Parts: sequence; C-alpha cells; structure tokens
Amino acid sequence: MAFDKHNTPMLDQLETGPWPSFISGIKRMRDDHPSETINKTINDLLGQLEHSYETRKGYWKGGTVSVYGYGGGIIPRFSEVGKSFPESKEFHTVRVQPPAGNHYTTAMLRQLGDSWEKYGSGLVTFHGQTGNIMFIGTDTVRTQDFFDEINDYGWDLGGAGPCVRTAMSCIGAARCEMSCLNEQKAHRLLVNNFVDDVHRPALPYKFKFKVSGCGNDCQNAIERADFAMLGTWRDNMKVDQEEVKAYVAKKGRKYITDNVITRCPTSALSLNDDDTLNVNNRDCVRCMHCLNVMPKALHPGDDKGATICIGGKRTLKIGDLMGTVVIPFKKLETDEDWESLVELAETIIDFWAENALEHERCGEMIERIGLVNFLEGIGIDPDPNMISEPRQSSYVRMDDWDEAAEAYFARKAEA
Amino acid sequence: MSESTMGPRNQGAPDYNLHLHPMMAKNYGKWDHHERLKPGVIRYTAESGDNLYVVRAGSPRTMSPATVHKICDIADRFCDGFVRFTIRCNVEFSTDKAENIEPIIKAVKEELGFPIGGTGNSVSNIAHTQGWLHCNLPATDASGAVKALMDDLIDEFEKEEMPNRVHISTSCCQINCGSHADISIIVQHHHAPRIDHKNMMICELPKVVAICPAAAIRPKMMNGATSVEVVEEKCMYCGACHGQCPSMEIRDADTDTLSIWVGGKASSTRGGPSQMKLAVWGIPNNPPRWPEASDAVRKILAAYKEGGKPWERVGEWIERIGWAKFFEKTGFPFTRYHIEDGPDALTTFNRSSHVRL
Ligand code: HEM
Ligand code: SF4
Ligand code: SF4
Ligand code: SF4
Ligand code: SF4
Repeated sequence: MAFDKHNTPMLDQLETGPWPSFISGIKRMRDDHPSETINKTINDLLGQLEHSYETRKGYWKGGTVSVYGYGGGIIPRFSEVGKSFPESKEFHTVRVQPPAGNHYTTAMLRQLGDSWEKYGSGLVTFHGQTGNIMFIGTDTVRTQDFFDEINDYGWDLGGAGPCVRTAMSCIGAARCEMSCLNEQKAHRLLVNNFVDDVHRPALPYKFKFKVSGCGNDCQNAIERADFAMLGTWRDNMKVDQEEVKAYVAKKGRKYITDNVITRCPTSALSLNDDDTLNVNNRDCVRCMHCLNVMPKALHPGDDKGATICIGGKRTLKIGDLMGTVVIPFKKLETDEDWESLVELAETIIDFWAENALEHERCGEMIERIGLVNFLEGIGIDPDPNMISEPRQSSYVRMDDWDEAAEAYFARKAEA
Repeated sequence: MSESTMGPRNQGAPDYNLHLHPMMAKNYGKWDHHERLKPGVIRYTAESGDNLYVVRAGSPRTMSPATVHKICDIADRFCDGFVRFTIRCNVEFSTDKAENIEPIIKAVKEELGFPIGGTGNSVSNIAHTQGWLHCNLPATDASGAVKALMDDLIDEFEKEEMPNRVHISTSCCQINCGSHADISIIVQHHHAPRIDHKNMMICELPKVVAICPAAAIRPKMMNGATSVEVVEEKCMYCGACHGQCPSMEIRDADTDTLSIWVGGKASSTRGGPSQMKLAVWGIPNNPPRWPEASDAVRKILAAYKEGGKPWERVGEWIERIGWAKFFEKTGFPFTRYHIEDGPDALTTFNRSSHVRL
C-alpha cells in the first residue's frame, strides 16, 4: 500500500484480551478496506489516537458545520494536530435518528453503511449516549453529500445544541410483558412533532424526550430526560394465583417472603396460608419489583397509561436531577389522548423557552422558580403524587389558603 | 449534489414499524412472560403462545463497516433480516425458531468474536462515551478504559451470578455523558482552567460566564481586549467552561485522575431511583489499559457479589450494610471529601441515633 502506517504500540495493547476490540476493528479498516481513502483516513485517525494515548491529551476541537437548511445535527471535529495527521484532519460526526426502539432491517443497515463508506470513514457507533446512530468521520463537503443521500431514502439528523434532542424508548410493547404504553409510538409522535426544534436550535438549552414502558425504566428516562414517560396502570395488577403457588412450590416460602413480600416498598403484599398472594392495590406504587421476580404470575393491570416526570438531567449545572412527577397518570388510548400528550409537551416547552435563563435545563428552571409556579405556568393543578412529603417549614405566607382549599374540594367533587 | 438544492425533508425519526421483527409486529403490546434460558438467551412468550428467542451479544460500540455487515449476515441467515441494539450497545438477534439459538451463538462467537451475555444478573456492557477518539473535551479515552475493564469482567458478562444486574458507565469529562450507574468512572481535574487570553472567543462570552456552576467566571479586559478571569477560590475544577469555550483548557495530562461513584439506579424498583455517591478518588489516568481503575471496580464487584442479597442493587446493598462496611470491605479510604457540602448537604447527614458499631 502506498502509505506509511503509523506505529501504534499503545493502542496495540488494546487488541489483547477476550472482549471485542474497537482498535482491531478500526485497524481492519486501515488494512483491509477496499477504499484507499478510507485506509489512509483511518491510518491518520489511529495515529492521532496513539498520540493522545502517549500524551494523555485530546486533539479535537469543535467548529461550525451544518447541512443546508439545518442548524444542528453535525458534531464538527477539526484536528489540532492536522499537520501530522492530514487525512483525518476533518472528522465530523453525523448524528442520525434511529427508529424508536433501535430496531433495524438489515437491508436498511446495509444501505446506510454503503452510503457512509461512500462519503465517510465507515466508522459507526450503535448508539451514542444521546440515542443517535453516530457516523464518525467525514469532511465538511461530504457531510452534505452523505446527508442528502440518506435523507433521500428516509433518514434524518438528530439534535445537537440547544434544541429538542433525539428521543429514546425502551423495547417495551415490541417484546416486553411489562409494557404499559406504546413506547415507540410515544417516542416518534413526540419527537416528530418538534422536528423544527430538533433541526433549528433556538431553545434555552437541550430538551430530551425518553420513554420507558414501566417503572423498571430500562431507558433511564427519569434520570436523563427533561420529559420522561414511565408506563403504569391504575386498576389492580393481575395475579395468576396458580402461578404464584407454582413459584412458592418451586422456590419455597422463605424465598418468596424474603424476596417478594418483604421487599415491597409499601408493604402491599402478603402471602396467604394457602400460598396465594394478597395484593393491596391501593398501596402498591407500581415499583415493578414483585412483577420482576414472578413474571409469569404477576402482570400490570388493564387500565394502562403513563406517569410523566419533568426535569431530569445530568450534572451540569446544579447537579444531577431526577424528573419530578407532574402528571401522575395519563391515559393514552384514543386519538384525543395522544393529541393531548403532544399538547402537554408543547405547553411545557413553550413555558420553559419563555422563562428559562440561558443554559437552564427545564429541571433547573423548576428548581429556581418553584414547582408551584411551574405548575401554574403550564396549567396543572397540584397533586400529592408530585411530592414525597408536604412542606416542613412553617415560615411561609398562605394568604389564599381558603381559595386553594375550595379549589381542591371542587376538583375532588368533579373527579 | 442536486438534491441539496431541494433542501432537507424533515422526516424526523423513521417509522419503527418498518423495522420490527415480524413476530414483534404480530404480538406488539401482547406479550405474556419471559424466561431466561441461559445467560444471554431469553425466551419471550406472547399471549398468542408465540415464542420469540433473543440472543444478546456485547459489542465494542464503535464498529467498522465490515463488522456491521457481519452482524447483518447473521441476522439475514437466522433472524429474517432484523436486528436491534440495546441502550448498553449490546446487539440482539431475534428468532422465532428455538433451533436457531445455538447456530446464532456459534456465528456470533466465530464470525464476530462477540461474547454472549448481558442478561439478568450479569455485569452488562458499559455505557460509555467517546473519549480521545472523537470528543473535544476528554481527559481520558472511555473506549480504551472500557475495553480493558470488560476484558477483566467478561466472565461476569457471560454469567448471571451477581445479586442483581450491574450497570457500569464511564465518562471522559465531568459533563458526564455516561449515565447514572451502579458503578461509574468519571474524570476529575485538579486545578482551575488555564485561559488562553490571546485566543479568547469573545462571541461566546455571556455563555461562558453563565455556564459556571460556581459563578467563578468574570469578564475582564486583558491587554485591551475582552477576556475572562476565574476566581480561584470559587472554582471547583469541573470544566463546564471548557465545554463552552476551547480557550479555557481544563485538562492536564500530568494531574487529571479518575474517580469512582457507586449506587446510581434509574429504575423505580423497591426504594426508587437513586443517585451515585463518591466511592474513591485519585485513581491514575493510566492508558492504554488503566489497570488501577479496573482494580478498583473489581474490588467493589467482589464485595457486592459476596455480600449482596438477591435483588439488591449495589446502592441497596451499601445502604443495608452501611457505608462504614463499604469502605472496610473495599479498602477505600473514607475522607473529609466524602462529606457533602453542597446545597443538599443536610439531607445526606445521619440525623438519627442509628449507627453501625
Ligand atoms: C461542545 C460541547 C459538547 C459536545 C461536543 C458534546 C458531545 C456529546 C456527545 C458526543 C455525546 C454522546 C456521547 C457518546 O455516547 O459518545 C453527548 C452526550 C451527552 N452530553 Fe454532551 N457535549 C457537549 C456539551 C455538553 C454539556 C455542556 C453538557 C451538560 C449539560 C452535556 C451533557 C451531555 C449528556 C448528559 C449526554 C448524555 C446524553 C443523554 O443521556 O441523552 N454535553 N454529548
Ligand atoms: S422499561 Fe419496562 S416495559 Fe420497557 S423494556 Fe423495561 S421492563 Fe419492559
Ligand atoms: S409492584 Fe412494587 S409496590 Fe406494587 S406490590 Fe409489587 S413490590 Fe409492591
Ligand atoms: S463525557 Fe465529556 S469528553 Fe466524554 S463524550 Fe461526553 S462531553 Fe465528550
Ligand atoms: S472549571 Fe467549573 S467552576 Fe471552574 S471556572 Fe470553569 S465552570 Fe467555573
């Protein structure tokens, strides 16, 4: 081959061991890929990475690159050591939105792969932590070509910057018996309602939708999403007493007592003398623990919906926040239900866009202005499910207590 | 290209219905139960009685086109041309034919070299970030540290012998793109950013000032041009400013270290979600294989495996045995830095007579 391969003694040490090596994969692109452009680009990428390992420094810097008509979706990367590694000196990432649930037909994967080998380095991540397919490594011109081609057959960019970001959802209804809502529908409906806000960053900061079909939250929605949906149900959980007995027979009473009955956070369970299970459904908080231990015997009820938690995010700026319950139960059955879900998201984003400071995530704004002001802003009444306990400090003015109490009783009477 | 003049089509997320395995499409929302047949293999049974078998394999996350094509080859042969990825970057091969399970396992091991596992009470694949390979902020290489760590933990990926599932994440700067996890490795810096006044990008000035969690950044004139200064006493070396402005370099190859945090959990099971807490700090940032980081993670996992009760996640195990025991079992020091001094500090103090003696 007509180029000198960089020595990579440090990276080579990541080729040993039983876990699949990303370095071996990358090296094969340098050595075996039919395109000489890719061979050379990857060679310089490896050279720069080895240089990082030697010096313990990163050498990428950002910049501005976008495709025609969009303001986000590309993560620009320019090398600070491009003189030594010219072939990979521009190495942008294209963020592409996956289908909800990360399902793929191989035909579409291959089609995406072919386009990427034509216009980029071939290197791809399934998936980045933001939920996107990350196509890693192309220059400014070919970024546009790649996007044009894949956009033509149905793929769109994800979000980057202060915008609505790519959404994520658990596998849920597609395969999981715990699923209490159509996660993939919720994911697509929500994010696609905001395509404009995905592609044209103009919000105070990022805004993420993530959907999990139950409290197990396989999607980590409550800790990573400004708008987290967690499936739940409001009637009684379904108990197949014969299956309960079968578990008791198989595992023993001690196991069931130690691992099911006493582990319920609200003491909603007891084992009857005849080895059937007693569930106090009004105490149950749908934590999913007992269903996880006995998936054959216990199932979510029929009256399913979602709990919506607002304001989850990671560390910056006031520390990690879990989402707060803002809608304890949202039924999602009719078209109107789904429409009102989208309206709720619009109301929240509008209020946040208007009231947040620069760089303020929705959860941080709620912390600053108070949950009550946020609720009033989006037109939602306070509910005890939103808190873990009422206020502790008596140093507060309650000028409108009587009105607030009346409103509460009026709502109660209506319900 | 001519297409670009047409402008983008704004499709958003593609239609998942086009990508669902036929068995998933048929039984969508109508699944009844599942059973783990062995580590890495799960049978899902629908209300209709249909069975779907899923084989889960660990991937290196960032892959070459050849690897993606091999994944597709296997999915074409055994999975009707469908494949999916989990959020922990595992690949899932689904089939409605039990007799396909062993051939899939064989093909995955031989053709891809991927391990089978990551289900149930295993240590699943590590949720990680880009590192030196591609990000503009990293002080370490998440992919490399993850590869070395998973080499060490592959046994625990292939078995289901932990008290409960274990999620690990790594982040290569304190923006923490990696998620909350039972065990999380995060970079820590040791001094304030060094400001390159000559190269200050004034355009982003208000944003840089606004982003500092400690309000430590002030605008300042330097040699007649607008720049910023950092109030040393306030700065806590988080590097948030560096994310905003490349001229506020926070990384330092000589001093950056790694820290380990434990007890994060997103799921609402039992006590509900919980955030990670500091376990140990000052672990050398030691490429290419970060042996000290692997060692520390091993220590935590060994103690948890030995002492955790069934269904207890790492954080729940520690809560039960107490932090004193945790430090004793792992051999990590308990220092003044473990005591919170942030706004929520009071809620983290022991304000009862409960002590473990
Ligand atoms: C120039 C600045 C930034 C760049 C280039 C950047 C880039 C990225 C990338 C590449 C990922 C995916 C990581 C992976 O899976 O490999 C990511 C995820 C993430 N980033 Fe950023 N980031 C930047 C700034 C920030 C800032 C300032 C924050 C904090 C507020 C942040 C918070 C996150 C979080 C929480 C994730 C995980 C995503 C999720 O759970 O949805 N990033 N970022
Ligand atoms: S979050 Fe619940 S519904 Fe979704 S995949 Fe996990 S267990 Fe299933
Ligand atoms: S789901 Fe959780 S709260 Fe409800 S009964 Fe089971 S263990 Fe208790
Ligand atoms: S953790 Fe930091 S360095 Fe790593 S990918 Fe995220 S922003 Fe980049
Ligand atoms: S490192 Fe963090 S605390 Fe220090 S100046 Fe930058 S943003 Fe502020």
